[in-house]
Amino acid sequence: MNNYFKVLRPGINSTFQDLGRFGLQHLGIVASGCMDQLSFCNSNKLVDNKISEGALEFAYQGPLLEMNGENALVAISGKVNFNLIKKNGEIIKGKSNESFQISYGDKIDILSTINSVYGYFSIFGGFKIEEIKGSVSTLVKAKIGPNNGNKLKIDDKIFFRKSHQTNKLKKIEFDFDKDNVIRVMNGLQVHYFSKNSQDDFFSKEYKVTKLTDRMGMRLEGVKLENTVNKNIKSEGITKGSIQVPGDGQPIILLSDHPTIGGYPKIANVITADYDKLVQKTPGTIVKFKLVNLAVAENAFQDYVRKF
Amino acid sequence: MLKKISNIGDCGITCDFGDEVNKNTNKEVIKLFNFIQDSVNKSKIKGILNYTPSYNKLIINFELGQIKSNEIIEFIKSSDYSKINLPEKNKIVEIPICYDEEFALDIKRLEQKTKLNFKEIVSKHLDTNFFVYMIGFVPGQPFLGDLSESLYHDRLDTPRIRINKGSVGIVEKFCTIYTFESPGGWNIIGRTPFELFNINKTNTSILSPGDTVKFKSISKKEFTLFKNE
Repeated sequence: MNNYFKVLRPGINSTFQDLGRFGLQHLGIVASGCMDQLSFCNSNKLVDNKISEGALEFAYQGPLLEMNGENALVAISGKVNFNLIKKNGEIIKGKSNESFQISYGDKIDILSTINSVYGYFSIFGGFKIEEIKGSVSTLVKAKIGPNNGNKLKIDDKIFFRKSHQTNKLKKIEFDFDKDNVIRVMNGLQVHYFSKNSQDDFFSKEYKVTKLTDRMGMRLEGVKLENTVNKNIKSEGITKGSIQVPGDGQPIILLSDHPTIGGYPKIANVITADYDKLVQKTPGTIVKFKLVNLAVAENAFQDYVRKF
Repeated sequence: MLKKISNIGDCGITCDFGDEVNKNTNKEVIKLFNFIQDSVNKSKIKGILNYTPSYNKLIINFELGQIKSNEIIEFIKSSDYSKINLPEKNKIVEIPICYDEEFALDIKRLEQKTKLNFKEIVSKHLDTNFFVYMIGFVPGQPFLGDLSESLYHDRLDTPRIRINKGSVGIVEKFCTIYTFESPGGWNIIGRTPFELFNINKTNTSILSPGDTVKFKSISKKEFTLFKNE
């Protein structure tokens, strides 16, 4: 029972996540789940967990954690700058995408993600966190999930399961896809927008703004002209939908999106490019490339091979 | 009638029942929703992650590695779901509401706009058997209809920054109950102490799409003393 990390600094947006909580969207509960599925699964693979095991997701700056308990095997995935601070004060520069041993009294200081947004922290055997409706994902807005549905805060204790020892260190060769082209399919209301605006959206540059979080990514670029109706009858929303409110600036709906919405949608990000998208930091210029379903399904086959 | 099925990205489809927002259209949506839910529960179809009914559409999300959109579309088209009699799940739920002026923030404006007095507004609200069109936006929030035409009113020009949990609001022919404290632009006519949503209960959301809601007026004292059973 005494195996835990003490949170000395929580980080900006540190929450437990897994692959999502499904089957409840008709009651207003969005799936949530990790933002970058490949990085999330990598963090579990590095410590020999099943890939769906709950991990700690952090954004930009991660937590500073002090280890209390038996030796453990942990890993940090993504592109992350962090230090392992040994009990004797020695500072070891951490390597993301490699598992490492941590002992009683050591600290992990997750300083920042590098040219990316999200990173993941996993431990062999898993964290001791409560599953709610089949998932340990956290939806902060509705206070659903472990840690009473909250982000980590200072002095929290993160318990982990007592696990047998392992020394199987692993490493994954990993880098983010650096290109800034995001493939999309036509949205349900693409015809609400003028022909020129459709051409603009599928060819011009859009900037990721600071108004971006787990719910959505606001973009800034050529204003899109709606020639039909600025509202639609509210309908169910899918992750990756790109809606355009009255001001003509698109918003991409991300993992914690509202379950229904009343703005027309010009496009949908394809599954294979979602991880790449969510790792784009504010200020990044992205372009959207229109593809059809067959291309998207083929791209998905390539994407799953990375897992 | 199901008019059209289209893809939403590579892992979603929408089943479109036409442009009308009325109970008959919505009942068709809910029939398909019930069928899909039942098929998922009985493992008759794999890979379905979520199914979200709204006024006139059902959106289905699936796991691309498990199933493809054409298989789901085929499954729906080949089934005679509208003729399948699933056990009647939809229920009538009585929800207490207190119209005390502390809670009924917009009733004065409604009186002016509708030319009805407070009592008339309340009795029209209480007389309505509300149909649950859909649930969502945030967890557990129901969209109910249809309000008496004499109460139709637009959204607030400037939405409130904070609306208390339990507030009951109306806009056009719809009525909603805020299940979380949130911003909002609906005309608030009362508040319920009834907890519609609790993630820790087996029955997470008291209401489901297709249910019927009947409001029951309670005093402020009853409001204070009220406890969900």
